Amino acid sequence: MRLQKSTLFALYAVLELARENDRQMSTGDIAERYDISPHHLSKVMRQLVRSGLIQSVRGAGGGYRFSGNAKRVTLLDIIDLFEPSNPAVEGDEEDPAGATSVARALDSVRGEIDELTRATLQSITLRSLLKYAPAEVGEEAVAG
Amino acid sequence: MTEDNAVAIRNARPEDIDTVIRLDELGTGLAKPDYWHDIFAGYVRQPGAGRFFLIAEAAGAVVGFIVGETRIWEFGSPSCGWVFAVNVSPERREGGIGSHLLEAICERFRRSGVDTVRTMISRRDPLNLAFFRSQGLTAGPYIELERRLD
Repeated sequence: MRLQKSTLFALYAVLELARENDRQMSTGDIAERYDISPHHLSKVMRQLVRSGLIQSVRGAGGGYRFSGNAKRVTLLDIIDLFEPSNPAVEGDEEDPAGATSVARALDSVRGEIDELTRATLQSITLRSLLKYAPAEVGEEAVAG
Repeated sequence: MTEDNAVAIRNARPEDIDTVIRLDELGTGLAKPDYWHDIFAGYVRQPGAGRFFLIAEAAGAVVGFIVGETRIWEFGSPSCGWVFAVNVSPERREGGIGSHLLEAICERFRRSGVDTVRTMISRRDPLNLAFFRSQGLTAGPYIELERRLD
């Protein structure tokens, strides 16, 4: 599955923040850890704040904090904030081949794959993913 | 019998059947008494080798169950343990009972000489999908296929 950069950055950020209760990290901390653009990540963080998944913390030592439920929020919840709703059939309305039996059969196959992908992403909560992603050496250095 | 946080895991007994039928109906919305009578005959009353039906019990009440068996060369697969039913009383969920049940049946699978546990879940069943994911199960090497017989 190909994800847009923004989606991947959002997953990194939310998973980092959800790793521990009340963990606070700045955009710079997260960008440095994943070697990604802080400018691009800032836009992603603003969208995550609007969604209610994270909240900004003001003042010295501020940054962002996860404000969802890691046992409930799934990878799909985050991906759906940044990806088109159904890329497998995007643009089909203008495709004249869409009326043919071959095109319909291909649509059916793409639908199978899409449904399986969504079911998989919906089944993995942040807590489940983090359970199998142990903290790396030195990680405590930027933990809030 | 093993105990953890006042929940004990034991082998199912014939008298558990009514509670199992009720728990299953609560979880799935369907009553299947004939099915469970057949399962009890083959997994509880006269269990075959590699067949396990375990009960989670708290304060003398049945609060969950899990059923599975080891199978060999089915679908071309080397021996592995299959879990085909797991259920926890709705009011006792998120207390680790499902995890205890799964670990208990996995331990029995290990003692039976298998090193893989497998299950099959509807992709429209996010609750059970999320449970097994949380226990470390991921997509296996098989794809289930079907066709309507119209």
